[in-house]
Amino acid sequence: MASLISDTEPPTNSNHGTTDPVRRKKRFSVSSASSSSFSVSSVSSTGDVDNHARWRSEKQQRIYSAKLIQALQQVRLSSSTSSPTAQKRGKAVREAADRALAVSARGRTLWSRAILANRIKLKFRKRKRPRPTASVHAMISTGSSSRSRKRSVSVVRLNKKSLPAVNRKARVLGRLVPGCGKESVPVILEEATDYIQALEMQVRAMKSLMDLLSGYSGSAPPPI
Amino acid sequence: MSNRRSRQSSSAPRISDDQMIDLVSKLRQFLPEIRERRRSDKVSASKVLQETCNYIRKLHREVDNLSDRLSQLLDSIDEDSHEAVVIRSLLT
Repeated sequence: MASLISDTEPPTNSNHGTTDPVRRKKRFSVSSASSSSFSVSSVSSTGDVDNHARWRSEKQQRIYSAKLIQALQQVRLSSSTSSPTAQKRGKAVREAADRALAVSARGRTLWSRAILANRIKLKFRKRKRPRPTASVHAMISTGSSSRSRKRSVSVVRLNKKSLPAVNRKARVLGRLVPGCGKESVPVILEEATDYIQALEMQVRAMKSLMDLLSGYSGSAPPPI
Repeated sequence: MSNRRSRQSSSAPRISDDQMIDLVSKLRQFLPEIRERRRSDKVSASKVLQETCNYIRKLHREVDNLSDRLSQLLDSIDEDSHEAVVIRSLLT
């Protein structure tokens, strides 16, 4: 446990190589919102509580919506030339929405890097997915130390009997979170916590975009 | 006993049971299914993980659904319509 903490580097260092392409893409995709979103960059060092809260902010949803709309526009342009089936177009929208979500995560999490790397793999076959887990470990150590002081534990203690079941379920969970199929249990838990909230935000943003687009001709548009 | 446990998760970095519980209870806060029943104080870790899997699957289905509907909607949008104007105004 002690070695876990001492091994970790500050997330800013370990992420350096991987955040770069994300940033570049981001700057390209969001022009108006980028200045405000960059102020969040210090969050990662303060701990994962803020990091998770990030997905719940309206600002984050606006940033995501902007990226989503841009991505959808591109899907639309490319699908109008070649005319694939409705199912394929739905899938293209799904992929665009996920990529936009990953870009919004700004390379801080494994799941987001995995989504983006998936895309890259198609373009450059032999590129390896980066596995910087150090930042996640750092999050674990900071997050749990603050939590243990608060003592707000709401889960039954682990024992010898429950551990195999927990590990088994964590494996299943790892397959549901992008890029976490081969990660350790603590990493899977940490990533899943972030991923759930990103997904919730994605659903909220897509719903309000639907409302906006389908309800516009009728009454006043709902705020996006 | 602790020896056996460490072998079980040999590839994983070793974290204490306390840290594990912390991670699971943090995860629990974001699960609507078990967040609601705050009265019943404790839930097993494996229950939390099960609910997490269910919830992620549910969210994935929702995103799939919304993607299909959005793509249909985008197809039906005529370039000169209100919707196209909305999209353009959002992009600028």
